[in-house]
Amino acid sequence: MNEDEIRKILQEELANIAPEADLQKLNPSADLREALDIDSIDFLNLVTAIHHRLGINVPELDYPRLFTLDGAVSYAASKLVGAK
Amino acid sequence: MAEFRMPSLGADMEAGTLVEWLVKPGDKVKRGDIVAVVETQKGAIEIEIYDPGQIEEILVPPETKVPVGTPLARLQSEGEAAAPAQAAPAARAAAIAAVPEGPPPPAEQPVPPPITAGEATRGRASPAARRMAQMQGVDLAEIEGSGPAGAIVLADVEWALRGALAPAGQKRTPGLDPGAMRCAIAAAMARSKREIPHYYLQHEVDVTSCEEWLERANAVRTPSERLLMVALAIKSVALAARRFPAFNGFYQNGRYEPSAAVHTGVAIAIRGGGLAAPALRDADKLSPGELMPRLRDLVQRTRAGRLRSSEIGDPTITVSSLGERGVEALYGIIYPPQVALVGFGKVVRRPWVVDGAILPRWVVTITLAADHRVSDGHAGALFLAGIGRLLQEPEKL
Repeated sequence: MNEDEIRKILQEELANIAPEADLQKLNPSADLREALDIDSIDFLNLVTAIHHRLGINVPELDYPRLFTLDGAVSYAASKLVGAK
Repeated sequence: MAEFRMPSLGADMEAGTLVEWLVKPGDKVKRGDIVAVVETQKGAIEIEIYDPGQIEEILVPPETKVPVGTPLARLQSEGEAAAPAQAAPAARAAAIAAVPEGPPPPAEQPVPPPITAGEATRGRASPAARRMAQMQGVDLAEIEGSGPAGAIVLADVEWALRGALAPAGQKRTPGLDPGAMRCAIAAAMARSKREIPHYYLQHEVDVTSCEEWLERANAVRTPSERLLMVALAIKSVALAARRFPAFNGFYQNGRYEPSAAVHTGVAIAIRGGGLAAPALRDADKLSPGELMPRLRDLVQRTRAGRLRSSEIGDPTITVSSLGERGVEALYGIIYPPQVALVGFGKVVRRPWVVDGAILPRWVVTITLAADHRVSDGHAGALFLAGIGRLLQEPEKL
């Protein structure tokens, strides 16, 4: 899976979490929690979705690496490469 | 013979609009089944039925606004023979006397669209949704259902229609009307400040043991099983509420009635403005691990505008947690007819004296807003201190 495919999946899941948000306008290097007004339950839903859809079990210690869309994409990409 | 009536979904509700039926005459229902959707100021609420039986007659057609208590349907109880036909007129008269809203509903039940080949293989859709879809020429196959078991309900079709009409980039959550919700909040909070003599207490609690316990517990849990501090907060309040009945119940008609059950209302912010505090029922009897998935589900459905009647009507005490992006303390306004609200600020790292040494510790400010007609500051202080003590032993929550 390449980074574009990962980004598409993450955008889909963010759309489920914050359906009212316009993800086209989301700055990929902005803090998702601020930009989309997502709370700790929403964030846990994102982590859960990453686990279900990409098979990556993100430990709590790694949460800060998912705070931006760009960060989350490169984190997921690195984990998927490592798993091969 | 039982009647299914327009429920009261909060002390401030006088009437509700029956948006759609999810059952039809002849359907068998059991306790807890969602049978109808009612639009209130709090959004579209899924109405559950309490009495098991068989739907005999629908008395109120969709898109009708009726006062609380109006019979909506007649229900044949289990084991009961069909009722004689003359039982109907009284109930029907009540429905007709109700306040109509908008154009009068058609007198006869519209004929459902014929089922075409292939339709049966698609997902379920309610009769009202099918009717609207047919009238507007919308293909049900292209609509995602938000009803029970993914069924397409009227709101989904309306949402699809609105989506087709609205300019790109403008989104609105179906079932949630921010303006109506603001009115509901205004009415409830104004009444609270007018009628309830609030007193406020505040308590700073070292929750390092909770943070450490959560870290250990979550390290071995998959994301879907992980716990958040808010689950411990809700459980500690629920346990304390059971021990301090002066903070768990309803003040109505000039007197206080404590509640034996503890249904904690959870204040949930709606992004873009708005707030609802639906109930996590029997929170005192659930472990944090059991509370967590229910809380996640409740948050999701609140924000999607799909709450159930039992969740709206009966919280016995409210918990409001600001979460990690909030500030350190909140001073709540009690949701009438409840008598207490417990607020949790953001958990912060603070220098703290432990056994004579200054250590960095995780600290949270817990506040209590309580009704002075029912309790005094002394009892409130014991209640709040009790919550703080329960949080020292998260493994026992």
